[in-house]
Amino acid sequence: MGQADIGERLRALPSNSAVALKLDAREYADHYFAFLNATLRDLGSEPDVHTIYVAVTSPASFVWSLAQALDVPAGRLSFVDAISHLMMRFDDTLPNATYVESPRALEEIMLRIEYLLRRFPHPRPVVVIDSVNSLAIHNPPELLSEFLHILLNNLKGRPALTLVLETTDEQAASVEQLLNLVVDETIDVARLGG
Amino acid sequence: MDSAPPAAPVPPEGPAAAASSATALARCATGIEALDAILAGGIPRGNMVLVAGSVGTGKTTLTLEFLIRGAERGERSLFLSVTEATSKLIQNVASFEFFRTSLLDDGALVMVDLPPIMAKLGFDRDELSHEDLDLLIRTIRDLVQSLGARRLVLDSITSLGYRIPRDEQLRDFLLRLGEILAEADCTSLVVSEISPEPGRYSARGVEEAIVDGIVLLRNTRRLGDILRVLQVVKMRGTPHSRALYVLELTPIGILLAPHLKGGRRVEE
Repeated sequence: MGQADIGERLRALPSNSAVALKLDAREYADHYFAFLNATLRDLGSEPDVHTIYVAVTSPASFVWSLAQALDVPAGRLSFVDAISHLMMRFDDTLPNATYVESPRALEEIMLRIEYLLRRFPHPRPVVVIDSVNSLAIHNPPELLSEFLHILLNNLKGRPALTLVLETTDEQAASVEQLLNLVVDETIDVARLGG
Repeated sequence: MDSAPPAAPVPPEGPAAAASSATALARCATGIEALDAILAGGIPRGNMVLVAGSVGTGKTTLTLEFLIRGAERGERSLFLSVTEATSKLIQNVASFEFFRTSLLDDGALVMVDLPPIMAKLGFDRDELSHEDLDLLIRTIRDLVQSLGARRLVLDSITSLGYRIPRDEQLRDFLLRLGEILAEADCTSLVVSEISPEPGRYSARGVEEAIVDGIVLLRNTRRLGDILRVLQVVKMRGTPHSRALYVLELTPIGILLAPHLKGGRRVEE
């Protein structure tokens, strides 16, 4: 498992980086778990790091249950959940999550990230977008491009480290091209043996 | 998420124009960071600004934050409520993390219900006469002067307007209110309730011509979702962006983000 390699790559990044993390759909569970270990547990437990996890693929409650299994403390992790409302999961709310009605409300996602950055002003914020594929399901490419361009540039200016998850096998070419335009670097989790 | 490009400068006119020459660059920072960025530093001091919007768009919240932020900076702030009991508004503002009840206790923030004052003044008719409006203006002026208020909110001109039958009377009332507040160097927000259709800034259509600025709040639809947006339509005496911004009401205050255009797929 290449989770140590992923962690090493992430720790070496400047704090104002925007990075795409490629997960292979055929080995999604292994890659995703390696990513969670490397980010939420290892990077997230470093001093002054607070992670804001934007949940678009799975509800925050699901990601939080995985994070708890990894012993990630609640105080170091907050969620912007943009999928639970769409799935009509109103009764499964977390105290460390803020809920956006729809993954199409992209400006609200930006504003909730902004809110959490101000609410938890840690010197080393990390923002995880999970994932560009899920956002692409709900948003036309022009809107998604504009969103990522504005969001990632703003987060660089904070500065915050932004990690954008993409799943490669189901990746539309246009989304991959778009990501290449807005991120500084791509980490291929499969190539790191994750 | 917080910055806005400035537009070309606009020369000052209107109620604040007379008072503006000496304080052309003096600003009243709203304390709403992104709005101040849109306004290149804040509302020109003494301006009277219409905050127009349909129901549930955040007008009262925006005006309350303007007053609370001002009171925090040591500028006495006065809220004149025509629509909602101030006791209820105070309960609502308690959820703001930047609000302290000591602002009320110390008199830095003064909340006044206008209907009881109007009743005391003997305004017992449904429609206010010219004399009634004259007395109301003088009462507000005296209140502003006695408190030394630097910020004022009137919520709302629409509710008050129900008792002002003629458009000329409403226009005259707003002109005079703007003048006395500009003379007192008091920056004011006047709330205007409008119907959701675009292109309107007030119920009667006369208010927008009088005021120095218009901040429009409305809901817009995109791909089936409703977004609450803010636009500074006009602001005399300062360059400002006219772009749309999505607005979020949070416990730490109002936050704004650029409204995404997304090619041509935006529903307005």
